[in-house]
Amino acid sequence: MGAYSILVNGARRAVEADEDTPLLWVLRDDLDLKGAKYGCGMGLCGACTVHLDGRPTRSCVTPLSAVGDAPVTTIEAIGQVDAGQRLQAAWLALDVPQCGYCQAGQIMTAAALIRDNPQPSDKDIDVAMNGNLCRCATYTRIRRAIKKACGLPYSQDS
Amino acid sequence: MPGMSDPDRPAVAAPSRRSVLKAGAALGGGLLLGLEFFLPASARGATGAGQPAVLNLFVAIGPDGIVTITSKNPEIGQGIKTSLPMLVAEELDVAWNDVRVEDVPLDARYASQFAGGSFAMSLNWDPLRRMGAAARAMLMATAAERWGVPVASCSTAQGQVRHDPTGRTLGYGALADAASRRPVPDPATLSLKAPADYKIIGQPMAGVDNPAIVTGKPLFGIDVAVPGMLYAVFDKCPVFGGKVVSANLDEVRALPGVRHAFIIAGGTDPQGVVSGVAIVADRLWRANAARAKLKVDWDEGPYAGQNSAGFSDDETLLWAKDAERVIRRDGDVDAALAAAAHTVIDVRYAYPFLAHASLEPQNCTAHYTGGAVQIWAPTQNPGSGRAIVAKTLGIAPEKVSVRMTRCGGGFGRRLQNDYMAEAALISKLAGAPVKLVWSRADDFQHDFYRPAGFHRFSGGVDAAGKLVAWKMRFTTFRRANGDIVPWGEFVADEFPARLVPNLLADMSTIELGAPTGALRGPSSNGLAFVANGFCDELAHAAGRDPIDFALTLLGEPRVLPISPGPRGAGLFPDSPSYDTGRMRAVVAAVAERSGWRQRPKGGATGDVRTGYGFAYYWSHMGYFAEVVQVDVARAGAVTVRKVWAAADVGSTIVNPSGAYHQCQGAIIEGMGQALGLEVPIRNGRVPITNFHAYPLPRIGDTPEIDLHFLRTAHPPTGLGEPALPPVIPAIVNAIFDATGKRIRELPVKSRDLALT
Repeated sequence: MGAYSILVNGARRAVEADEDTPLLWVLRDDLDLKGAKYGCGMGLCGACTVHLDGRPTRSCVTPLSAVGDAPVTTIEAIGQVDAGQRLQAAWLALDVPQCGYCQAGQIMTAAALIRDNPQPSDKDIDVAMNGNLCRCATYTRIRRAIKKACGLPYSQDS
Repeated sequence: MPGMSDPDRPAVAAPSRRSVLKAGAALGGGLLLGLEFFLPASARGATGAGQPAVLNLFVAIGPDGIVTITSKNPEIGQGIKTSLPMLVAEELDVAWNDVRVEDVPLDARYASQFAGGSFAMSLNWDPLRRMGAAARAMLMATAAERWGVPVASCSTAQGQVRHDPTGRTLGYGALADAASRRPVPDPATLSLKAPADYKIIGQPMAGVDNPAIVTGKPLFGIDVAVPGMLYAVFDKCPVFGGKVVSANLDEVRALPGVRHAFIIAGGTDPQGVVSGVAIVADRLWRANAARAKLKVDWDEGPYAGQNSAGFSDDETLLWAKDAERVIRRDGDVDAALAAAAHTVIDVRYAYPFLAHASLEPQNCTAHYTGGAVQIWAPTQNPGSGRAIVAKTLGIAPEKVSVRMTRCGGGFGRRLQNDYMAEAALISKLAGAPVKLVWSRADDFQHDFYRPAGFHRFSGGVDAAGKLVAWKMRFTTFRRANGDIVPWGEFVADEFPARLVPNLLADMSTIELGAPTGALRGPSSNGLAFVANGFCDELAHAAGRDPIDFALTLLGEPRVLPISPGPRGAGLFPDSPSYDTGRMRAVVAAVAERSGWRQRPKGGATGDVRTGYGFAYYWSHMGYFAEVVQVDVARAGAVTVRKVWAAADVGSTIVNPSGAYHQCQGAIIEGMGQALGLEVPIRNGRVPITNFHAYPLPRIGDTPEIDLHFLRTAHPPTGLGEPALPPVIPAIVNAIFDATGKRIRELPVKSRDLALT
């Protein structure tokens, strides 16, 4: 066990945990932030995505000891930044979730995408989002919602 | 479901075809509207001043007019937590914005609390609308009494009763408490709205949990936390049926955070707790870290030699012998084959085992204390879960309380509650509340797999293009006791039975150690592929367009009755099992929307070969026809460019947003099954440990999807599943159109399609 201090959603948090504990479990079980999800434990599905120093990061393969002073942002706070707020609104307007389990990770990855690339093409979206698995396959609406959040035209159900 | 026989399970808890027959009989029409839905007078009314007044089991209304509607069924992403309350709200005649939806636990009064078979809409369409209507009638009667006017002079809208001659209004909030104390109306007297008057049904409504989902609020089983909770992992033998001989428990117990480590002898039923080692720790990570140090000596049992390749060889040997059982025999198939103008003889189709791979792995939180247990679980089938927990712990079912959480995907996996039984037993043995969380490898290696299957076909077409002979040998799997494995059955009415005058379907079996179960569109997800693939072969052999061939086969619009006997295909006793007119209409619609008659001829443009394929299937009471456009690259990679689907699921699409969404998801899921998914069995175990070895579709694989619902004069039926089965053969048939290569074994392997 070691004592750590990490910066999560703008607040400094003290954590006592084994150094190899993945950030995911620290967030979920020590800090009671349940939004990031466990799906694979190997960085293969993206359900655990958070921002570490602004970069979308797989928290399931990020040891607590590697976080250091880098700020961590989770789905619980992404609505406090413009990109996150626009994405959440678009996700609600277009009814993106089915089971909803992957959606926090989807939004976190998308938030970094549209912050860095405010007018993404279909290809840009596919490349950025390809690591985020949606088992319900809500991909059609994820694409649309990202475009809507960017003020781009998007297709409708037909 | 075959192999499931819990005596305590309500008849409606498991959505097998047979049990749903019972459910249909029990729940059909207004029969469900017994006193339990209306509640006794003592359970109605407000619990205190300013509290919502309970009008019946589904409706409570606060003084502020806010309406609480209970959501009784498990939500697995199919949208039922939104669509069933819409039914109540519509007939209650309130604004959807004023509705709050509240989860309820497993409770016998609600009936049919399961998510399976796409049955929820069929089963609840009538009773839930009537519960809304019943509450509305009580509110109207209360207002009319207050005004001293006839009820017939009153109307309702948007949560208000209006006296039409004077224009006076009273809000439901002001009426609810008094209304809840009135006698309940006679269900037979309730009038329901005409569809033209719907204000909620038929409108696209977003999922009621969406705001919590997009902000990361705890909703799922894995998010449950209980005071004093410990974390558990459970290590089972990777070989199905294997048992623990010994384990280094002392070493594991000394590891950081480990509170308990013990062997569970377990039983032989994979629905319950099988042999394994439980590790309970103060943190999940520490339980998993300890598991990495666990060394178990396993007795791998009788199935350690089983392999997928061996099953294929077994099938070849069985094919040379007589079938074990005849499923159906109509006419004289051999004579018809001999006389047919065109034939395709002895081709072999095969499809693999598949996993469910719900993104939320199996998990359950359980707290056993004082001879009773509280369960929190993502489950599709809580009634069955209660029974298996009671059996595992040796306690009465009423000592088991189950709260259903939102499920991070279901797809049929969570119809089984093995993880629930494990958590309950581990909690009892550890003497503490525990949260059991499976790893992704556990989830892949201890699934209830979609059974693989093999089909040998011969078929004959007459000079007029009519299918006149159909001969099929199905090789499926059995348990050691001879029972066909769950969802390895074949019903006698399965397509194209009843449409072909000379038909023989028979079956043989191979013993299997791996557990099997329902996967979205069960049975149909394999059978649609083989039947439509072979029909496409026959159409080409006869020089017919595949859609013309289908229309000729379907013939005149008529309802094909369910065959008598226990192995007929009936889902509901009062429902037509196959209406060829409804199917013809969706086939015609998809031909029209896809431009089938004007489509470019399949073939190569540069390095890309393009083709179009068609398929159709009836499952879960839904009629679907689909056309697919594929591109096949030089190296053989298949890209699905566009899918057109036409569907008939009755008169009403209750929630169009959910309906499109379910169909889009099912189509993409089917595409994944066609193009990449396979669970091999090697040395009695499943070697898949994570998603890298199970290539589910990603966003870049997503095709354009054009979906069209026909509205017909039939009760609405469910949409979780029926869009899936036909897309698989439509893709395979499109690949044939593009390349001339006939795919008879799934998944499609790109190396078979490469240009040399």
